[in-house]
Parts: sequence; structure tokens; C-alpha cells
Amino acid sequence: MDTLLVPPEALQPAARRAGPLWLLAEVTYRCPLHCAFCYNPVDFAAAGPELSTDDWLSVIRQAREMGAAQFGISGGEPLLRDDIEILVAEARRLGFYTNLITSGVGLTEARLAALKEAGLDHIQLSFQDATREANDLITNTRTFDLKRKVAALTKAAGYPTVINCVLHRSNIDHLDRIIGMAVEIGAEYLELANTQYHGWAFLNREALMPSTAQLAEAEAVTERWRQKLGKKMRILFVTPDYQSKKPKKCMNGWGEVFLSVTPDGLALPCHTARMLPGLDFPDVREHTLDWIWHDSPLFNRFRGTAWLPDTCQSCEDKEKDHGGCRCQAFMLTGDPSATDPVCPKSPDHALIESALATAERQDNCHPLVFRDPKASKMLGRAF
Amino acid sequence: MTLRPRINRLFRFQWEPAQQAHVLLYPEGMVKLNQSAGEILKRCDGSRDLPAIVADLEASFNATGLTPDVEAFLAMAEEQNWIDWTEA
Ligand code: SF4
Ligand code: SF4
Repeated sequence: MDTLLVPPEALQPAARRAGPLWLLAEVTYRCPLHCAFCYNPVDFAAAGPELSTDDWLSVIRQAREMGAAQFGISGGEPLLRDDIEILVAEARRLGFYTNLITSGVGLTEARLAALKEAGLDHIQLSFQDATREANDLITNTRTFDLKRKVAALTKAAGYPTVINCVLHRSNIDHLDRIIGMAVEIGAEYLELANTQYHGWAFLNREALMPSTAQLAEAEAVTERWRQKLGKKMRILFVTPDYQSKKPKKCMNGWGEVFLSVTPDGLALPCHTARMLPGLDFPDVREHTLDWIWHDSPLFNRFRGTAWLPDTCQSCEDKEKDHGGCRCQAFMLTGDPSATDPVCPKSPDHALIESALATAERQDNCHPLVFRDPKASKMLGRAF
Repeated sequence: MTLRPRINRLFRFQWEPAQQAHVLLYPEGMVKLNQSAGEILKRCDGSRDLPAIVADLEASFNATGLTPDVEAFLAMAEEQNWIDWTEA
């Protein structure tokens, strides 16, 4: 009884690559909120029609067959679809662990009861409403009241309260009150995620990126609360890539564990990969998940490390981060196979330094572009 | 009053055919358990206390003296939040 955990290497069968472990269903791009830091593609309004219930059921069954154990539902706001209960029930029946990622808008008592009945395992509530009026979730009492109501409902239904809050330049100074709010709501777990600059967030990068001083203060505030709360509420603080200068392995490696499907049926190795140019995104209505995962050019394009540019090939960290985020490389350099500029060894790292320098400036006041279908159509670009 | 271990509600414990192992599932993650861990957790259903779990394991695997191992594992499992103890 000495080694209790099998090391992850032992999970890989020698003969054939393992299937995905995690299926994320982005069931809709529709959303009642308009977050300026949304990672959805800016041109989401141009996406094709949403998958039908049967299409989703087929995706769920195939993924489970391949060994996937995690089923996440997000969007957009997934509750805008009325078949979430059906998808959850089937996923749960097949043995998936089911997780709903929601803003809470539309999570009524009746809906929650139906989801519970369907076997939903977990709910992640996002505190992410940067409103047009205030762009400050603290002063927006309507949102707070809604979150409080929803959290009370989910708690009463027996779910642990898990809250995710996206931090950015305009709310990070209120972190003390944000954490206080999470405590008041009775959260067991709070994830403080600094904005990842994809989609709408990239468009709004200047307006969203906090200064070094703001970040340092936020970390200090978090630490103070951690001391005070101990095990009562766990707080995870996700440092932003730009500031940490550490490239991250895309979703644990391109085509390694994660498969996401867009509302209109495209399979992606990472939920933001849709923006990448020159790639053919397989449609789940035209191909089997098995082919998509194992054989499609898309899932093999950035798999492993053989494709890495010279900068990374000679680097000892290449197995650790696979050269970082493909979307970030593309958005910043125009080349999806470049070293992630977040890495100090990247020849394009100056791009990060200049973005950080802009964030230091006090006179930095860029208007926010809020995520909505009209702006999406007008802008008509991926990020 | 006896304390009985059970799987923490943040986790789901199940047999996973693709892994040929028992696993603990939690939001966006999975812990793959080896056989002994799986056999112990299988018995953490809130209905048995520690001596009952040990007795059952010893009977099932024709072994003796498992108490220290089981205790050590459960302490680790509690530390990881995999289990909590309910009063019966
Ligand atoms: S980030 Fe905001 S706008 Fe984007 S999908 Fe989530 S709730 Fe909707
Ligand atoms: S050079 Fe490439 S492999 Fe090395 S740390 Fe930077 S991104 Fe990672």
C-alpha cells in the first residue's frame, strides 16, 4: 500500500493514443450578458445554426465511448437552451461527471430542480457581469442580488457553492469587497481568474489589463483573506500569462485531453482555437469524434512537440509548455506556430512588454467594447 | 458515537472502464486510483466505521494487520478532501 496513485504516464496505452478525457459543450453563443472580457470569438454572430438536441446527444455518447469522463456545459449562457436537462441526464446516465458553467441568469428554482433530477453534479457560478452602466460588479446591486439568490438556491439543492470571478483593471481594486461578497454568499470555493486575452477580451485588452501595482495589491488582499478564512473558503488566484511571463500548455496539450464543440458543431482542441487561420475545423455532424480526435489534420496540427519552432526546439521546457498558447501566438504575431510571445525567449516578447507598459500608464483610458450581436456583426472579425 | 468515512460531496467515486480503475471525479479533473485505494474508498459509504472497513478488507483479501495502512490512507484522503467523516 505504498504507491496509491498511478502516475499519469501509466494512463497512456502504448498502442493507441488515449481518447479525450474532457468534453466541453459550448451549447450556444447567445447570452443575456455583455461582458467585455468574454473569450468568445468577436464574430460569434456569424456562426451557423446551433446543433440540435440529437446532435449533442450523439457527441456525448461518442465522447463517453472514447473514455471521456468530464462533461462541461458552457456558452454563451447555456440556460438559454431548454434541452440542457436532457443532455445532462444522458451524460450522467453514461457515467460522465457533469458540470454546468453559468452566469446564473435563468437558473430558476424549477430549472434547478430539473437539473438536479437529471443528475447534474456541479454548478460553477460566474461573477462576471461587467455592465454597460457601471462596469463594476460591486456597484451593480441587481447582479449581486441575482447571484445571491442563485447561490442560495443551489446551496439549498445540495450543491457546493463554487464561484468564478474574472478580474480586470476596473474591478481588481474592489477585490476585498468581491471576496467579502463571496464569503457572505457562503461560497466554499472562489476562483479569481485574471482575464485571458482572447476574443472580446483581446479587443479590450488595453482597457482590461491591470497595472503591476494593482496586481500586487490584489495578491496581498487574497493572501489576507486566505489567512483569515483558512479551510472555510478556498481561494484560487490565477495569475495572468502576460505578467507571469510563463507560457502555458494549451488545455494540457493540443489534442491530449480536451475536446470542445462550438454551438454550431465545430470540434476544437481548445475553446478559443476557432480564431486560428488556415485550419479546417471538423464538423461533428460530418465526422465521427473518433476520426476527429485521432485522424483529423486539426487535432494533429499542434499535437506533441515536433512542430515547434526553433526557439522552442532547443529549449528544455518544451515538454512542459509545448511552446505556449497557439491563439496568443497568432493574435500577437500573426503566426499560429510561433513561440508564445509571453515567453521571454520569444523573439516577439517585446509585444508583451509594450502591452504591459501601456497598463502601467495612469492616463490609460480606453473605451470598452461590450459583447453583443450588433457589435459582433459590425466588427466582423475573430478577435 | 462512531465516525464513519464517506466520499466528500465534491467528488464522485466510480469504476471507470476506459481506465480499468476506480477514479474520483471532480469539476474538470479526475484522480485515478490504484487497486488498494479503490478498494478502501469503495467501502467509505458512510455506513461503516474504520474497524468495519478493515475487517471487510481483511476478509475480502485474505489478509491481516491492514489497520495502519488503511488509517494512513484515510488520513491522506481526508487531507486531500476526498472523504469526510459523518457521525452515526
Ligand atoms: S463571459 Fe459574459 S458575455 Fe461571455 S458568455 Fe460568459 S456571461 Fe456571456
Ligand atoms: S522557448 Fe518555447 S518551450 Fe521554451 S519556455 Fe519558451 S515557450 Fe516554452
